[in-house]
Amino acid sequence: MCEEIKFSDDAFALVKRLMSRYPEGKQKSAILPILHVAQAEFGGWLSAPVMDYVASILSIQSIEVYEVASFYSMFNLKPVGKCVIEVCRTGPCWLSGAEDIVNYIGKKLNIKEGETTVDGMFTLKGVECLASCGSAPMMQVGEKYHEFLTPAKIDTILDEYRQTTSEPISHWAKNEIKVN
Amino acid sequence: MGIKLLTNNINVAGIQKLDTYQNNGGYDMFKKALSMTPDAIVEEVKKSGLRGRGGAGFPTGMKWSFLAKPEGVPRYLVCNADESEPGTFKDRYMMERIPHLLIEGMAIGSFALGCHTSYIYIRGELMYVYHILQKAIDEAYAAGFLGKNILGSGFDFDLHVHCGAGAYICGEETALIESLEGKRGNPRIKPPFPAIRGLWDCPTVVNNVETLMAVVPIIKLGGDEYAKIGIGKSTGTKLISACGHINKPGIYEIELGIPVEEFIYSDEYCGGIRNGKKLKAVVAGGSSVPVLPAELILKLANGEPRLMSYESLGEGGFATGTMMGSGGFIAMDEDTSIVKNLWTFARFYHHESCGQCSPCREGTGWMEKILHKILDGHGNISDIDLLWDIQSKIEGKTICPLGEAAAWPVASAIRHFRSEFEEYVRNPQNIIEDHHYYRLNNISQESV
Repeated sequence: MCEEIKFSDDAFALVKRLMSRYPEGKQKSAILPILHVAQAEFGGWLSAPVMDYVASILSIQSIEVYEVASFYSMFNLKPVGKCVIEVCRTGPCWLSGAEDIVNYIGKKLNIKEGETTVDGMFTLKGVECLASCGSAPMMQVGEKYHEFLTPAKIDTILDEYRQTTSEPISHWAKNEIKVN
Repeated sequence: MGIKLLTNNINVAGIQKLDTYQNNGGYDMFKKALSMTPDAIVEEVKKSGLRGRGGAGFPTGMKWSFLAKPEGVPRYLVCNADESEPGTFKDRYMMERIPHLLIEGMAIGSFALGCHTSYIYIRGELMYVYHILQKAIDEAYAAGFLGKNILGSGFDFDLHVHCGAGAYICGEETALIESLEGKRGNPRIKPPFPAIRGLWDCPTVVNNVETLMAVVPIIKLGGDEYAKIGIGKSTGTKLISACGHINKPGIYEIELGIPVEEFIYSDEYCGGIRNGKKLKAVVAGGSSVPVLPAELILKLANGEPRLMSYESLGEGGFATGTMMGSGGFIAMDEDTSIVKNLWTFARFYHHESCGQCSPCREGTGWMEKILHKILDGHGNISDIDLLWDIQSKIEGKTICPLGEAAAWPVASAIRHFRSEFEEYVRNPQNIIEDHHYYRLNNISQESV
């Protein structure tokens, strides 16, 4: 693939707005929001060329982007499925059966935590507390919280994603890039 | 029904929108604050006795009064909306339901502190709430509550929302500042404190969402009246995130000082333990605070009822007490494996350690591995002592409090439930079948 790495016009306008929120000379502050937008624009993960591109926009060294991207757990540094299923497994969710939820999804999709289905549709990721402890067990797909999970609910939710997902779902929703 | 200062309008239809918020008294307190002097506002917050609601419980008015004010240097108010403490979900709920209350609190706080630009740092996983806040901020600009010369007062104020990207450590205020500067979330060595050198080396105050929201009723009531609510030095109301094995998980605004027993068993709050089970243990203030067995969370060592207040929850020190923390209240029923629950916490802290300090980076990993070994039935009695030894060598030896947060759950579980660890070691075949997985009632063995 040697497609040119370039933000869409909408995304580029958004990136410029994000950068304008910080004082002159402090534009590096916008790195986390911009990496979220980049992950949404470029297939759900951050390749080295994408990070280099972000570095050039922020006028910083590539290494400054790599060290940040590798610190934060929401950034995927390897390709992932179109739907990344992030199941909370910390104490309160575990008390409500999260371990069974992870096992159920893994068995249903025939993958283990960290793996992607062969059709490239789903990646299963165990994550830490997502502030949904009162509605446990839960999982996140993109920006959406799915709560009070049961096997039946998971069946419905995954079927729906399977039928409706054509492009990767990112935390920063595509329709939130186009506003204004 | 107890007194409600933050959630009184939470169920009003459309309260997320500016017009409905205003029709219910919204932004009136910002208008009132603009007619006061900044120092008078700080004084009211001091008199209110408000303490930081994020976990540390430091007096907010005092934190504000420490802010350095050198000539010609901007200063910043940053809202810590990086709510990540396991068991805590109050800020998410409030920002989602009533975002303008946070904006109003930040506007009042920024005016009081002389900040002309402020930021809300929200954890990246709450991206949908980020967009809710952004839309609310856009509304507030359009209505003239943000921007230049607000309501003709001469006060210029810009408010921005900023998202993180998945790192518990960024809830620590200096890590949050590093992250907001576009770096890895490595906590800074203090001093200098953020009040002297914070964001971009400028004087900075970092406050939790609930703390900033509470400034609005303080302006409404006045500091003295606010301080009459609650008990002793635990003034006002507190949002408690209740979860685990209770009948009614959710967010409850309580007047500080109600008995813990009432909070757990009354229908106004948690509604008792689900499925008619008995209460075994409680983590009262988010995963970092010591776990207490039922008898110690309900009653003090002297037999008096324990109350939901900073002092009463802390009564007895770590020998028999715990902490208010963030108000993340996790109840565990009689079937819960304390060791297995602890292992999920240990894994959490290992995952979230930033890696700067060796005791934390290495110790959290060791604790996770040893607990896993015990759970798998391969533990020795000496492993329990080793766990105790490791936690004692993390506490107090790290740059930031993540070290303590990782150590305290381990120490308290061994202190109060050592016999359960020993049972795993001595009779693994008896216990592992029952406790290895906590099974959800509606998931049968066959479906998994």
